[in-house]
Amino acid sequence: GLFVWRLRNTGIQQIPCQFVHLYHVANNRLITFQYFNFLKRMYVTRCNKVLSQRAKPKSDSVVSPYHELQQLDQEKKVVNKISPVSPVHQLWSETSSRNELREMKSAAETEDSVIPVGTESKEDRRWKEMKLRLDDMPGILARLSKIKLTALVVSTASAGFAMAPVPFELTCFLLASFGTGLASCAANSINQFFEVPFDSNMNRTKNRPLVRGQISPLLAVCFAASCGIPGIALLTLGVNPLTGALGAFNIILYTCCYTPLKRMSIVNTWVGAVVGAIPPVMGWTAATGSLDAGALLLGGILYSWQFPHFNALSWGLREDYSRGGYCMMSVTHPGLCRRVALRHCLSLIGLSTVAPVLDITTWTFPIISLPINLYISYLGFRFYRDADRSSSRKLFFCSLWHLPMLLLVMFTCKKSVLKKEDKGDPPGGSHETVMEIRLP
Amino acid sequence: MAAARVLRPSACCRRLLSSSSASCNGGRAAERGERPDSAGPAFRPPAHSRSDWIGPPDTHSNLRPIIFYVPPEESALERRLREARQEAQASNQRFWARHNRAFRQEKEEFIYSRLKAKGLEMRDESGQKATLNAEEMADFYKDFLSKNFKKHLQYNRDWYKRNFRITFLMGQVALVRALRWLRWRKKNVEQ
Repeated sequence: GLFVWRLRNTGIQQIPCQFVHLYHVANNRLITFQYFNFLKRMYVTRCNKVLSQRAKPKSDSVVSPYHELQQLDQEKKVVNKISPVSPVHQLWSETSSRNELREMKSAAETEDSVIPVGTESKEDRRWKEMKLRLDDMPGILARLSKIKLTALVVSTASAGFAMAPVPFELTCFLLASFGTGLASCAANSINQFFEVPFDSNMNRTKNRPLVRGQISPLLAVCFAASCGIPGIALLTLGVNPLTGALGAFNIILYTCCYTPLKRMSIVNTWVGAVVGAIPPVMGWTAATGSLDAGALLLGGILYSWQFPHFNALSWGLREDYSRGGYCMMSVTHPGLCRRVALRHCLSLIGLSTVAPVLDITTWTFPIISLPINLYISYLGFRFYRDADRSSSRKLFFCSLWHLPMLLLVMFTCKKSVLKKEDKGDPPGGSHETVMEIRLP
Repeated sequence: MAAARVLRPSACCRRLLSSSSASCNGGRAAERGERPDSAGPAFRPPAHSRSDWIGPPDTHSNLRPIIFYVPPEESALERRLREARQEAQASNQRFWARHNRAFRQEKEEFIYSRLKAKGLEMRDESGQKATLNAEEMADFYKDFLSKNFKKHLQYNRDWYKRNFRITFLMGQVALVRALRWLRWRKKNVEQ
């Protein structure tokens, strides 16, 4: 049969879309809350570590619950690959705690040399067979692909899709999200493949699968290929070629530009910010099929957000970066680091104001988002002025809730598609939107 | 398979990690089954095991040493792969051990000189080691990074080349093994 639904411009059509949007928004919030909670838990634990001296250093098995947390930490600010939204760095190791750890380690070492027989078996137990264990594979692959970071990337792409001024299509949305997720997994795996010795030397990343020998480099590359190729194919054929091209470009930008540049020049931060800005643009192009001003604005907002997020984070990792040979602004140009963070906090205010001008949101958006934008700018200014751990920490943690909140507010202030069509309609309802739904 | 098992105890041996003091040519000293005097792992994998073993992170380099399994029927290609991996491991170990040691040493010197300039001792009354705060250390980090920049560039190039070569060899070995297994299965089916 053929059903013809006559819809007046009363917005009845909106209901199913709204439900999906609400679900998506709730999902976003959930991810944020969980993610933020994990960080808090990690942070508190670290504090406890400093407060309570441990007799034995923590073994690997104890570290594993926080593996997922470590995925959040992307060294770089941005969500890389197709860059994750927020590479969350969790390690705020303080020099005192590190010194403590070192002292403990050296104490353990002297102990070992004094009682070789007793500790030999303990040392032996730390040797692991490098055999492929299929049961562990899902966990290993999740860590290899930085699954939580990938989830954040996918959520920014979904935000881009949701903000596009077109009627919501579920299949397109799912295909775009899934394709973006696969591309993100691929890029993250290649990134880990390139960085094994460097990851071993940094506290944050030393428990990654390739570092621990849980998976061979060949398998990591195969996994990346088996995620990346179908992912890009899905985006190109299932969504549209523009989105596929953006996805492929982002993978290349992340793996071949950002990853090597991290060790060569501070320009890597800007490249990484672009990598982080592309997923929402992909979401938008997936929905509309074209790269218009709205896409660039959303990308711009994500781009600007990366700087306060990453620069604040990197402030506490200067020792690891210096020893590991990473060229980051916080080490080489600290003044620039803080200036850039502040500059981009302020630009977020500007970009939020441009949104209604481009007809993406109503004018309520810049007004409602002003408090949170002003707050992050204030923290950015404090970081610029004080240049110490506490101000960098405050700015970092603020950036974690600032982005989801901004996207949420943006979504709620989105200019309705129907309202736009409304403008041209004469009263009396002679123009009705007719939608045909064919049922089998 | 059974024949291989009989041969294994006598024919196979473990190639131990070539430490920084061992020769650079693919660990030839270790090939004879000898342990280099310094920093060789004390661990011996069980005799029945047919896979590589990976150990805890080294104290100096933070890299995990691998003890490679040498199958009795190792082909030339497989030997090339194993030697490439050993060489890469040795090179990485040398680089990072030296680099981390230099970092720790220079950091101590920096702290000492700064404390002296401030007129403080290395250890305060309670015997705790005196430390500088992060902002004071920032000068050291910046300096250290710029001093080692060229060294890192060289190492990066080296590492990327080795990594690609090893992965490519792994791919070749895997392909050869897969073809061999298919041929064996075909033969079995025909029988």
